[in-house]
Amino acid sequence: MLDHRNFVIDVQGGGSTAGIQAIMNNTVSIGMSSRDLDDKEKMLNTITICHDGIAIIVNPQNPVRSLTLQQIRDIFSGKIRDWKELGGIDREVDAVTREEGSGTRSAFEELVMKGKAIDDSIMVQDSNGSVKEVVATDPYAMGYISLGLVDQKVRSVIVDDVAPSIKNIKTGRYKIVRPFLYVTNGELDPYAKEFVNFVLSKDGQNILIKEGLVSLYD
Amino acid sequence: MRIHPRIINRIVEFGLNIQAFFTVGILVVIVAIIFFKGFPYVNPEFIFAFPDDMGRHGGIFPSIVGTMQLAFLSIVFATPLGVGTAVFLTEYTRESTFTKLIRFGVESLAGIPSILYGLFGFIFFVIKLGMGWSLLAGVLTMTIMILPTIIRTSEEAIRSVPRQLRIVSYSLSATKWETIKKVIIPAAAPGILTGIMLSVGRAVGETAAIIFTMGSSLRLPLSLMDSGRTMAVHFYILAREGISMEKAYGTALVLVLSILSINVLAYYVMHKAISKYS
Amino acid sequence: MIEKSLFKERLVKWVLVLFALSSLLFLFLIFMFIFSEGLPLFLKVGLFKIIGGSKWAPTKGFFGIFPMIISSFLVTFGALVIGAPMGLSCAIYLSEYSGKKMKMFLKPALELLAGIPSVVYGFLGVIYIVPLVRDYLGGSGFSLLSTSIILGVMILPTIISITFDSLVSVPRTYREGSLAMGATKWQTIYKVILPSAKSGILASFILGMGRAIGETMAVIMIAGNALKIPGSILDPLRTLTGNIALELSYASGDHRLGLFSTGVVLMVIIMLLNYVANFGIKRKIAK
Repeated sequence: MLDHRNFVIDVQGGGSTAGIQAIMNNTVSIGMSSRDLDDKEKMLNTITICHDGIAIIVNPQNPVRSLTLQQIRDIFSGKIRDWKELGGIDREVDAVTREEGSGTRSAFEELVMKGKAIDDSIMVQDSNGSVKEVVATDPYAMGYISLGLVDQKVRSVIVDDVAPSIKNIKTGRYKIVRPFLYVTNGELDPYAKEFVNFVLSKDGQNILIKEGLVSLYD
Repeated sequence: MRIHPRIINRIVEFGLNIQAFFTVGILVVIVAIIFFKGFPYVNPEFIFAFPDDMGRHGGIFPSIVGTMQLAFLSIVFATPLGVGTAVFLTEYTRESTFTKLIRFGVESLAGIPSILYGLFGFIFFVIKLGMGWSLLAGVLTMTIMILPTIIRTSEEAIRSVPRQLRIVSYSLSATKWETIKKVIIPAAAPGILTGIMLSVGRAVGETAAIIFTMGSSLRLPLSLMDSGRTMAVHFYILAREGISMEKAYGTALVLVLSILSINVLAYYVMHKAISKYS
Repeated sequence: MIEKSLFKERLVKWVLVLFALSSLLFLFLIFMFIFSEGLPLFLKVGLFKIIGGSKWAPTKGFFGIFPMIISSFLVTFGALVIGAPMGLSCAIYLSEYSGKKMKMFLKPALELLAGIPSVVYGFLGVIYIVPLVRDYLGGSGFSLLSTSIILGVMILPTIISITFDSLVSVPRTYREGSLAMGATKWQTIYKVILPSAKSGILASFILGMGRAIGETMAVIMIAGNALKIPGSILDPLRTLTGNIALELSYASGDHRLGLFSTGVVLMVIIMLLNYVANFGIKRKIAK
């Protein structure tokens, strides 16, 4: 492998639509997204680098460990407002969603909400990390984040009797999954190409596996 | 029952005392929390090391450098513009619609909230002018933000230079510009410096305008077009994402200490100026 | 030789004119840019649909920012409720009761308070105030109440310093006259000094409001950013500033224009507040 220590890769945060916008404006060389392109964006190219489950998370102190997809949908649409309707204590659910331009959110809307709108009274945070923070510190919170980010600070909920795990994603049992895409505009310069090749290689994919993502290979 | 006014007076005085101490207390508590929670993590390694694993480990060196670059360059651009404007307003014109218009411009700029600077800077500098997230975009935005402060403080400082100094200088057949350059500005220097330092303090603490223009890259900016983080931006991301509470407190401590020292310095300079003229 | 220095003088003058015009130029640039980007959507969708609309879903064509306008005002008034009494008392203490030593200590303390970055306030608010509100009062803690508390503390320096300035500028003779007629210190303050400093105090409140309504970072960390108008002080809310900050990095097309429209509304509100405050101060000076 070539020595790449002289190369610098700048990473900016911002959510999927921000990444797609950035590559459309050519502000960056590669845009990152965790949702598929929509019609207005179809002129761009995508490279799938891995897959990622979306975990529905609650605070580790929360006794509720398993929910149905319908229940989750009802919570985020505002129909269910109290934990006691889910078998928990008598207390309001502090639900958190991502912002509108988030790939995680659009995947959640597509795979969980299935067309039903997320209620206006639900809190919004603009990154996976901040959603996780809210759920980690508020015993009554519920949110959704990338499965790869779940650690001991939060607990992922069993959905329709399927636990969110890499295995269950690979076997297709856990269905709340979305692709991670590198979005490009036209030809990549040779160094960017090398980087992408690295990410798609075994070594690169191993790093993704370490981060809790579902690699392209078995 | 009517309470005697003198008793009310005592009660109120007591209440106000408590109130004042409570307010100072808030400040003390804030600084104390940051100090005690951040102190264990601030060491030479923290200050000079690069962040590792998105900031979970390592230090904050690039953001310290980024902050200094942003503050320094913004001052470099804003000071000539600001002092020049102040000189113009005091030495070259009398009050007129023109000067009123300029003052209106300055006051309005001062009132614009930082998120609108972020909105403007992001769309105009980063996207429309194609600079991308860069030190340059951040500097240009910051320069406009601190301009009003520099103009205000410089104007005040220049106005308080005693008339005699000017009269003596002119009587020695110095030209206007010579007078300004060699007499007035040096005399007003402490006041101008105070304004500069207040602006540096602002640049160091600013987040909303900077995160959208300079970006949030973890690297050390080596050119104007590089993106980077300031300490404030780094702290915000660490805190919001829950990446590392320890590093967050450490960054906050360095951040607050920097601003504190700048404030102290500004006070020192101002007091020197006051004692010089009294 | 005289011509050379005359030329130099004139050159300097015109350079300085240019510098002075730069402020106007920047203001013009920023104003024009924000208004020119923000106005089209008002024309396209309609002013009332935006300012009066309750639904914000810009990717689906809904640009209603009414809840955010209300929330911005709620949070600002909340900040005043918390900050004005404390600020006023502190300023009164500083100007009427404290000795020189106290003044020398308190004034730098205030400047330091003002210098603490808003992200630090937001952070401390999330770590300490939000859990307190959640555990003792209810809700998630990310609420109007928490935001008001933090903003109230943040505007203290503004309120205190401007109120202090207007209190000390009340002529000594007023105080002496009142005390000479047998009034106590507090009666003097309450019946003589405060009324005559009234417009300056009001100006400080309004400038404090201007500061609060423009605050972004601390607010998006504590307010919860929900799109509905809060039903109680324990409910989350989203301000105009929060709306811009949360969606700016990815908004495009009409969505982006919607954020500019939000910016226009914000700017108009702040300009109005500043105008009223300055008007109030000028009246005081004219008196």
